[in-house]
Amino acid sequence: MGEIIQEESHKKGGKRKAKKHSTRIDMTPMVDLMCLLITFFMLTTAFSKPKVMEITMPEPPKPGDPPPPSVPAFRTLNIILADNDRIYYYVGIANPKKPPLPQLFKTDFSKNGIRKILLLGFEDKTVGLKLSGNRELFTKIAEYREKRLKGQIVDADSIANKKIREFKKQDRKGPIVLIKAGDKVKYKNIVDIVDEMAITNIASYAIVDINFVELDMLKTAPK
Amino acid sequence: MPKIKQPVKSPHIDMTPMVDLFSLLLTFFMLTTSFRPQEAAIIDTPTSISEKQSPDKNIMTIEVSKDGLVFFNIDNGRDTTTHFRADILKEMAKRYNIVLTPKELLNFGRLASFGVPMKSMKTWLNIDPGKRMKLETGIPMDSLDNQLGYWIRYSRLANPDAEVAIKGDADAEYKVVKKIMDLLQDNKVHKFNLTTTLVKDEVLLSDVK
Repeated sequence: MGEIIQEESHKKGGKRKAKKHSTRIDMTPMVDLMCLLITFFMLTTAFSKPKVMEITMPEPPKPGDPPPPSVPAFRTLNIILADNDRIYYYVGIANPKKPPLPQLFKTDFSKNGIRKILLLGFEDKTVGLKLSGNRELFTKIAEYREKRLKGQIVDADSIANKKIREFKKQDRKGPIVLIKAGDKVKYKNIVDIVDEMAITNIASYAIVDINFVELDMLKTAPK
Repeated sequence: MPKIKQPVKSPHIDMTPMVDLFSLLLTFFMLTTSFRPQEAAIIDTPTSISEKQSPDKNIMTIEVSKDGLVFFNIDNGRDTTTHFRADILKEMAKRYNIVLTPKELLNFGRLASFGVPMKSMKTWLNIDPGKRMKLETGIPMDSLDNQLGYWIRYSRLANPDAEVAIKGDADAEYKVVKKIMDLLQDNKVHKFNLTTTLVKDEVLLSDVK
């Protein structure tokens, strides 16, 4: 690629001609350098900015605030996380004054684990427990999203978010999830379970402190 | 028959369009690149389906390493005339009776996340950057010496618009993160971001039927 600048040979006896330089500039080194720089910038550029998951914690009640609306027990799904990626759930409220205490069920973080319970609910005939899942709300939101994706509904992102929030507000059937973490729980598990709430479009969930009754229940729970 | 003379082609290739394109690309990459500041600890974030992008300005980041050490970072804001970092450090120094020179404050303004207790802050600022790692023992946040709480408070006072992000290692203990969340709630931050890595995962409509 290098250009050889040919020098005019001097003719003997002739007039001394001024050296004629080629008008072309050898661009090879420049191109080399540019290639290098481009490669460097391409490799160092971080195109993928970190993503964040938004989470809102309940504000502690101020004096004078109206008491929080009571949560129907049959809709309450308590998820208890424990060490070694263990995950348990029970329905209702664990009140030591009103025995028997609810039974802890063990599940896992897989697709057929907690997600199935959140979406499809579960039923335990021996104790007569029934929890309806979030199927209705999930279908509603998923259908809306699909229609938007196909172009059947044309809504801006802000309107779409508003509508989805409205769907969630109107929901009266889906579970109300309380997430509680025992000792030595990894941060990963909390993020996973909150993420699961987002995947299954749960309308209302909160991360709350675990209480001593539940800690006791954990001790006797199946490993 | 005379031979047909093959025209001698010049071996030169015209590189001008290539150079043009290269300069364009180069300019693009140079302008879009924002160098990632050196991080105080290697943090492997957990995964989620969230696609919300983390804001690059006006953000307070609290990092939790795998061993539960806490690091803090806040930027100087979108406006180049604001010096939030220096202001915050000045308040912190006043609180812990440490005298810092204007040069040290300026130097702090240019740095990113840190995990040093206030007592070694001065040494940390003046030491060779390669040796800083040794001083990073995490910001204390127990009830006796709650420095993180003060960092959050002064940051909130200096820049109330800053969003809060918690960047925890997947294997960090939730207990530490919980403590940070409580501290944030004490400082009237009820909405915060958890930094995660995007991994697609969804339930199909056919799965629930």
